[in-house]
Amino acid sequence: MATTYIEPVVKPGPQNWVERNRLRILPIYRYMRRNPSLVWGIGILLSLLLFVGYGTLFYPHERFRPLSADVRLPPSTTYPFGTDTQGRDIFAVMVRGIPLTLRIGLIAGGIGLVLGTSLGFIAAYYGGWVDAAIRTVVDVGLTIPGLLILILIAVNVKGGLSVDQMGLAVATVAWVHPARTIRSQVLVMREQLYVEIARLSGVSGLGIVFREMMPNLMPYLAASFVGSVGAAILASIGLEALGLGPFDSPTLGMTVYFNIVFSSVVVGMWWWLVPPIAAMAMIFVGLFLIASGLDEWANPRLRKRI
Amino acid sequence: MTEIVVERPSGTSAAARRMRFAQRFFVAVVGNYVFRRVLFFLFVVWLASTVIFIIPRLSGQDPVKEKLLLEAQRGGHLQSGFEDMARTYQKRFGLDRPIWIQYRNFILDLAQFDLGPSIAFFPRTVNDILMDSLVWTIGLLGTVTILSFVIGTLSGALLGWPRAPGYFKYLFGPLLTLSAIPFYLLALLLVFLFAFRFSIFPLFGGYGIGKVPDFSLDFALQVLRHAILPAMSIILASIGFWALGMRGMMVTMQGSDFMVQAEAKGLKAGRIFLRYALRNALLPQTTALALSLGTVLTGAVLVEVVFRYPGLGNTLYQAIRLSDFFIIRGFVFAVIVSLALATLIVDITYPLLDPRVKYRKG
Repeated sequence: MATTYIEPVVKPGPQNWVERNRLRILPIYRYMRRNPSLVWGIGILLSLLLFVGYGTLFYPHERFRPLSADVRLPPSTTYPFGTDTQGRDIFAVMVRGIPLTLRIGLIAGGIGLVLGTSLGFIAAYYGGWVDAAIRTVVDVGLTIPGLLILILIAVNVKGGLSVDQMGLAVATVAWVHPARTIRSQVLVMREQLYVEIARLSGVSGLGIVFREMMPNLMPYLAASFVGSVGAAILASIGLEALGLGPFDSPTLGMTVYFNIVFSSVVVGMWWWLVPPIAAMAMIFVGLFLIASGLDEWANPRLRKRI
Repeated sequence: MTEIVVERPSGTSAAARRMRFAQRFFVAVVGNYVFRRVLFFLFVVWLASTVIFIIPRLSGQDPVKEKLLLEAQRGGHLQSGFEDMARTYQKRFGLDRPIWIQYRNFILDLAQFDLGPSIAFFPRTVNDILMDSLVWTIGLLGTVTILSFVIGTLSGALLGWPRAPGYFKYLFGPLLTLSAIPFYLLALLLVFLFAFRFSIFPLFGGYGIGKVPDFSLDFALQVLRHAILPAMSIILASIGFWALGMRGMMVTMQGSDFMVQAEAKGLKAGRIFLRYALRNALLPQTTALALSLGTVLTGAVLVEVVFRYPGLGNTLYQAIRLSDFFIIRGFVFAVIVSLALATLIVDITYPLLDPRVKYRKG
């Protein structure tokens, strides 16, 4: 009897990457199904970034400067979005302007979040007169719109604000909302059992803050960050629309300002007005959707409400 | 042996009586909700005035000199007596005194609501200029806030009401999107569509060009026609905000005991909706009204700039273009005071609406 050698059957593994990583993708996919606003929000912002990336790599975006093209040209193959009254190529302005506007928002939102979170923690943790003082300042900050203070600052800076200075200026008013949110969250969290246990086991104050509370605050921090980036961009565009922005930088707000100054609508130059408005609307709607998506992550009980 | 403490019958000596009265007075007035709110209002106004005083001095810029220099450059030559002129102006505005005296005078002036003279329109005062435009802003903003609050709250209530007609839920997406877009972006779009493309409404202004404001019907109609687009842009953008908040509240109302009771009693759906769900969900909306006033106002300022509407926003825009620092300062102060006042009024009337909130504790 000849021994028959049985060829070991090696099942060919799935060649497809998706098939192979099925178990890893599935929960993410399920979560995305459950939280469509987060997906939409991220998608909208990503598509803006793709536009910027494409423009930076394949488009002569140096034409954002005035006098780099003929004036008042409607959209054509050379100038997909046309040109404005001062000879800027509007496609190039968009390619340069979207990241600048986002940059102002990120600078202000980032500083605002760090400052606000620290103050919120300090207020909630120490209580007493420290809390009273911080709370009063936050209450005043909620009563006075940040834009007013920003107007005063911008008017008094010689030669106007640059993009980064603008981010810093907006940061001075961007910490109020995070401070309030984080303070109330920490107040709730302080009474929770796991914080109590950590304290009883002799974990230091900073240890409790960073190892016990921070991870639980993550969704709130993320939502606060998105919120303050949105608010900062809103404030910066408001300032720019009033004519207090960086005149040499092609941010979205400055584009709107020039639209107002040169009455683009009256002359019928819709191609000048529509791109910045569309870009801003996409930024705001995207951030808003991400914020409500994060909200759902933070409070699963709210599920299916927004 | 027990120690006998002879308690002095209280109220015998005048000093003790006075002491007790002071105590009661303190508890009644200082611990009082209204008093604390008023104190907070004064604090906000004082802090704002101080910030307004400090910021220009930090920058080391001299508004009067800047403005004169600008004028001189426009005129084409720098006069020989320029420095003297600047000094005279500084004396006129009291800018040559020590800083604490300047601060004292500044606060005293603001306390009497004297915002000083304008630089660009010199003989006129800032009060005068702001008053002219204030009427327009209050008219526009008052109407718009009430309208958007009512429309937004009602549509939000219907969105969160399970028995509302099915087509209401299609409103949700558009409202959500609109609420995320700032007022003045919407304003620019509306100008483009309805004023330029279809020329249904005027492009800008508060009334027709070459008109003199008077009390005729014709003029009133013109004002109305010019106000529709600015009003629409604010209303459309803020409806979403109210609707979202109201919808959330209505959903939480659904499970509550009094709703179940109302259903069990067999009340009509309309009555349950209006008297039970809506009434209770309305309270947080009023708080939101107080908190949102600032956002609405600053948003409206920019809408006025877009439409060249003759309100405060346009005045501010002109002042920035003419670098008239005193008008800008006056604008900021006036807006902060009116916002703080509005917040104070809402805070004080809130306990009347919601008996659960007592006047005692804030």
